[in-house]
Amino acid sequence: MSNPNNVSQNISHELAFIDGHALNIPTLSILNEDGDILSGATAPDITKETAIRLYETMRFIRALDERMQAAQRQGRVSFYMQCLGEEAAVTASAAALDQDDMIMAQYREQAALHYRGFTLDQFMNQMFSNELDLGKGRQMPIHYGSAELNYMTISSPLGTQIPQATGYAYGQKIKHIDAKTGELSSKIDNVTICYFGEGAASEGDFHAGLNMAAVHKSPVIFFARNNGYAISTPADEQFKGDGIASRGVGYGIKTIRVDGADALAVFAATQKAREIASTTGEPVLIESIAYRLGAHSTSDDPSGYRSKAEEANYQACPIERFRKWLIKKDWLNDEDDVKAKEQIREDILAALKRAEVVEKPALEELISDVYDTPIPSLQRQYEQLKSHIKQHPDAYPVTAGRIK
Amino acid sequence: MAKMNMLHAINSALDITMAEHPQACIFGEDVGYFGGVFRATSGLQEKYGQHRVFNTPLTEQGILGFANGLAAFGAPALAEIQFADYIFPAFDQIVNESAKFRYRSGNEFNVGNLTIRTPYGGGIAGGLYHSQSPEAYFAHTPGLKIVVPRNPYQAKGLLRASIKDDNPVIFFEPKRLYRASTGEVPEEDYSIELGKAEVVEQGSDVTLLAWGAQMEIIEDAAKQAAEQGISCEVIDLRSILPWDLDTIAKSVTKTGRLVISHEAPITNGFGSEIAATIQQECFLHLESPILRVCGLDTPYPLALEKEYVPDALKVLAAIKQSVEF
Repeated sequence: MSNPNNVSQNISHELAFIDGHALNIPTLSILNEDGDILSGATAPDITKETAIRLYETMRFIRALDERMQAAQRQGRVSFYMQCLGEEAAVTASAAALDQDDMIMAQYREQAALHYRGFTLDQFMNQMFSNELDLGKGRQMPIHYGSAELNYMTISSPLGTQIPQATGYAYGQKIKHIDAKTGELSSKIDNVTICYFGEGAASEGDFHAGLNMAAVHKSPVIFFARNNGYAISTPADEQFKGDGIASRGVGYGIKTIRVDGADALAVFAATQKAREIASTTGEPVLIESIAYRLGAHSTSDDPSGYRSKAEEANYQACPIERFRKWLIKKDWLNDEDDVKAKEQIREDILAALKRAEVVEKPALEELISDVYDTPIPSLQRQYEQLKSHIKQHPDAYPVTAGRIK
Repeated sequence: MAKMNMLHAINSALDITMAEHPQACIFGEDVGYFGGVFRATSGLQEKYGQHRVFNTPLTEQGILGFANGLAAFGAPALAEIQFADYIFPAFDQIVNESAKFRYRSGNEFNVGNLTIRTPYGGGIAGGLYHSQSPEAYFAHTPGLKIVVPRNPYQAKGLLRASIKDDNPVIFFEPKRLYRASTGEVPEEDYSIELGKAEVVEQGSDVTLLAWGAQMEIIEDAAKQAAEQGISCEVIDLRSILPWDLDTIAKSVTKTGRLVISHEAPITNGFGSEIAATIQQECFLHLESPILRVCGLDTPYPLALEKEYVPDALKVLAAIKQSVEF
């Protein structure tokens, strides 16, 4: 017996189970640790300008991460998350996209945002939740977002952006569909990339999002950052299948696994994924394998769950690997690079000092944006609060002097 | 004007929206060719194509995740959850995502284009899982709007207003009335303002307040009370969030008495919020305690549904209790 919907007609008379790891998924690797193209590998089509922008972004983010980790330890910001070890995965994938493609990230993708043009001051204003923060000081540090740069504001709940990316990308596709045939009538101008960790892929939203993208044909590039850890939980306590990639195949989605510390492999895979998504209107899954060199966040201490020996084994730096390639190509000068790093550190410190003293958002930002306009009950609560603060200005020094 | 039942009226509001906006999409379980298990989306796939009216896989969290993304893109996202009892897998997407999208981004992004339609309430022998009225869970979430219509005319006008409103709206449809309630409905477009209650019947002794399918119960009770010489002012709240404090307070100031009725369990039902606020606003005008006639604090029953529901007789008893206090 069979049924007419979706079941393969491959009838067999031999009792045999398919092994859970039968696929044995390969990992695309292009660049070796010395910055040379591996034999048999082909370097992707990348311009000097893009390669330099990619490198400069990684260089900047490494410096920002180091400085802000320290700033958190000094008590200047409440929280921080570094992306040590995953700079190439995030930056090279963003570099393979169009500036107007939507990015829906998890939280560790600040490099993709900087690649788009988010400025040092914008990063700082968000982390200090001051009145210049685009998010109006409402979210914890590192929850960036920018409509102008097509970078969806980060949400702490894990995996929620995955089915949202499916819906967003579906929206991007609608105008390219011929109403009569239901087929694509032109190449899709902009697609969506959706980042998430291997831990977040255990959330129901992952399954919902990938399945719906496959069924409804949404042009979204799912980018799984498998860095081996979800806070303290190692990936082998998270799932037993062959990484995240094997699931893509289960949903009927074109899938590739790449070395996430290899900027060229990530760039090549994402470039191709974008072409597939924009020409077929279908989703693609990329699983990037890297090692989270740092802690989950400043609230975490990896010494409680992994050994120094293990960390020493995976110290190889993705930025350094790409840097060596650039120097060998003569696209980067070592001396200039060293100078630039020094300048970045100075710039970061100066920006931090600037952002620290900018005022907190005004009291009205407490109630704005809950709705497009405050509903009557909220307006009443606001009036009550204002009058209370005016009666006790000393207790509310941040806003008391600025109430209109 | 045409005679329509509530399903026709809802279908008409959806049809107008689909014609108006080329990127509007309707999606949910079985809403495509079949037109939904209650047939609210009947004929719309044929008219607007499979790419704009489509079945989704069986995943409520996926439906709302997809809807949030589509709405954030800027397309009207008309999501259907087949029964309100099954909305809970989507709770996170609604409460943590839809409701907070604008606030958390400082208005960089919003999902004002989102409208969630879902049939709610009992009276169809549906037992625990085809009868719930979960409006109070969502009423605890700033950022959402919640609307419940009582008849076909209201359903079309309120649904159009919900779709056009630039905030995410949950539109609870009283499924018991889908076919039972009929009336004259304009074929053309019109909207009924959200956040405004309607005084359905003027009265002087006691204010009766409900919404959705419960309206016909309190109207019935008001008739019976009138026969006994008690004049009831009957109000349809229509919007749970935001809710129209002014209209209710004005009425209670006049009558001095308030009876609130809803099908959901009494504890922490939306009637609690109304009672607390009205006693504060109208304290010196109250002649008797505010009463609530609601479901019991049990799961929704099956065999004993008649005993469970806040029927007209229970409302009438409360009216008398209020007046005779």
